[in-house]
Amino acid sequence: MAALTPYQSWGRYPRASPVGVRSLRFRDQPLPRVAGNVLPFGNGRSYGDSCLNNGGTLLATRGLDRFLAFDPGTGLIRCEAGVLLSEILSLTVGGGWFLPVTPGTRYVTVGGAIANDVHGKNHHLAGTFGHQVTRLELLRSSGERLHCGPTERADLFAATIGGLGLTGLITWAEFRLKRIANPYVQVERTRFDHLDGFFELALGADREHEYTVAWIDCLASGRRLGRGIYMAGNHAAPTCEGAPRPPGRAPSIPFDPPLSLIAAPSLRAFNGIFYHKQPRRPTTGVEHYAPFFYPLDGIGQWNRIYGPKGFLQYQSVVPLAVGRDATRAMLECIAGSGQGSFLSVLKVFGDRPAAGLLSFPRPGVTLALDFPYKGRATLRLFETLDTLVAQAGGAIYPAKDAHMSPRLFAAGYPRIDEFRRHLDPAFSSSFWRRVTGEAP
Amino acid sequence: MTLRVLIVGATSAIAEALARRYAAQGATLFLAARHTGRAEAIADDLRVRGAAMVAVGAYDATVPDRAEALVAAAWEALGGLDVALIAHGSLPDQAACAASAALTRRELEVNLISVIDLLTPLANRMQSAGCGTLAVIGSVAGDRGRQSNYVYGAAKGALAIFLQGLAHRLAPAGVRVLTIKPGFVDTPMTAAFPKGPLWASPDRVARDIQRAIGRGARVLYTPWFWRWIMLVITLVPAAIFHRTRL
Repeated sequence: MAALTPYQSWGRYPRASPVGVRSLRFRDQPLPRVAGNVLPFGNGRSYGDSCLNNGGTLLATRGLDRFLAFDPGTGLIRCEAGVLLSEILSLTVGGGWFLPVTPGTRYVTVGGAIANDVHGKNHHLAGTFGHQVTRLELLRSSGERLHCGPTERADLFAATIGGLGLTGLITWAEFRLKRIANPYVQVERTRFDHLDGFFELALGADREHEYTVAWIDCLASGRRLGRGIYMAGNHAAPTCEGAPRPPGRAPSIPFDPPLSLIAAPSLRAFNGIFYHKQPRRPTTGVEHYAPFFYPLDGIGQWNRIYGPKGFLQYQSVVPLAVGRDATRAMLECIAGSGQGSFLSVLKVFGDRPAAGLLSFPRPGVTLALDFPYKGRATLRLFETLDTLVAQAGGAIYPAKDAHMSPRLFAAGYPRIDEFRRHLDPAFSSSFWRRVTGEAP
Repeated sequence: MTLRVLIVGATSAIAEALARRYAAQGATLFLAARHTGRAEAIADDLRVRGAAMVAVGAYDATVPDRAEALVAAAWEALGGLDVALIAHGSLPDQAACAASAALTRRELEVNLISVIDLLTPLANRMQSAGCGTLAVIGSVAGDRGRQSNYVYGAAKGALAIFLQGLAHRLAPAGVRVLTIKPGFVDTPMTAAFPKGPLWASPDRVARDIQRAIGRGARVLYTPWFWRWIMLVITLVPAAIFHRTRL
């Protein structure tokens, strides 16, 4: 049921003021009639302004949180768009079914997962969340309810996958879960002392492991540039022994600290300890799925540690051919600025063609980092990074973005004109107006 | 043993939250609602969540003489009832009621008479069966008449007295009667309002109701602190109370 949620994005930057919020509760309701435009708002886990609608109306979808059907024989599930991935896991893991693709937090709605075409640690094998969707219903401002899928209104479906909520309201969606023997993951962790080490591991282990991702110490420079820990996992076998207990109730950041708790000296120490805690030789172990897939879900409201000014995330993808050089250049730039944070993630995407017209994942290397918002210094760093991404022929992830220019958006998303044809005229967002150069 | 649960007003947020809790335990449920399409959507959800069986029936509190048939249909569909939750109601426009005796009467019929119409046959059937719980959603508004909300308060206050008497009558038969008094509940309809610490989620309220039914409580303030808030409000002398805008 609906939580007591304020209508901000996860990064809490930028701030936006919708003129109204309409809470949806039943999927048979028509869209509310309002002056101005509307934007669906799920659980507010997008970082920047793609879930904001400054001066418009938000359609809060968390009240649409019902299951329509679930077949425990085949794993086919159909649910309303406001259902959280965590609610699906609670229902199905005990019966041996897991999400086919999951992002790094389970507190996103199904509608949000589709609208941002989210990816996970198994992108190289499974593609994105949108690839898993077999069918969905789209409620348009014309009042039409259109069923779409890979073979049904395929062009509108492709626009809606990764369509940032701009093609209409997704009321429900259907997708297939994947079989697991138990809730555990067999994890192998390998330390690498330089960026080159990452590429050796990533291009090797991706064949053997279903899930791969690397944590990078973005404060290390020089000989240690791009050092980090490579994590590779598979769902555990039925006979796995020594399985850990699931984690207990999550602690939470209970209040808003008056300033950011992320400061350079403590970060440097934290990153150093995290890196050196990992032995030189690879380690293996069995973990519950929650800490493996959702390490930050273990701390409620962790976004508060960045203080009242909020933070920005920067997630880019660059083609593999130039991936090593471009990533090195970006890491040098970040290490030199001293602004990076501890949440730095590097992954090589697979080469499955995108499910959506505006999907972010594409063949290449993706780098994601958090930055506490420090005004002009942060924006200047982002401009430099943008130049590197543009030179490499890369793109920025809309779900994480609050800054990219219309030019960079157009360069990263060449199918934008095709997408425009499917826009619902009553739908818009702060992000969309910004990256298309309209008034914010 | 499978719990057999009737919920009247099944599309309300509190009722739905409670239904999910019983569904997860494998209960059988009968959902009565004015909007049967929406009740069917809830029924599908409850089946996925583990309900052994869910049936849906039409019920409109503004139409008289339907209560007996509804109770009979639910009793038959589930083979008896262990819990009946009555959750329907309306929130009257107090100013409009002050200007219209007819509207005041209609609000009293929906919030009081229609509930009693259901309680009478339910009580008689449960008395004969020698078991069961009648759980009825009242309100803290029924504890003291206030200028801003006294028509609703009168309905809920009268209902509380009726339930008190019913509980007295049914105690020897082993039938429990629970009067539920929620405070401010954050339903999706009020999601856009600014919330203070007094607001509770429907699921929190549903959890309290489920526990109160389980332990056979007679009166439930939910969340718990409303018992003390209302104690203070009922103790304030009229000379002072009348100077407030409560």
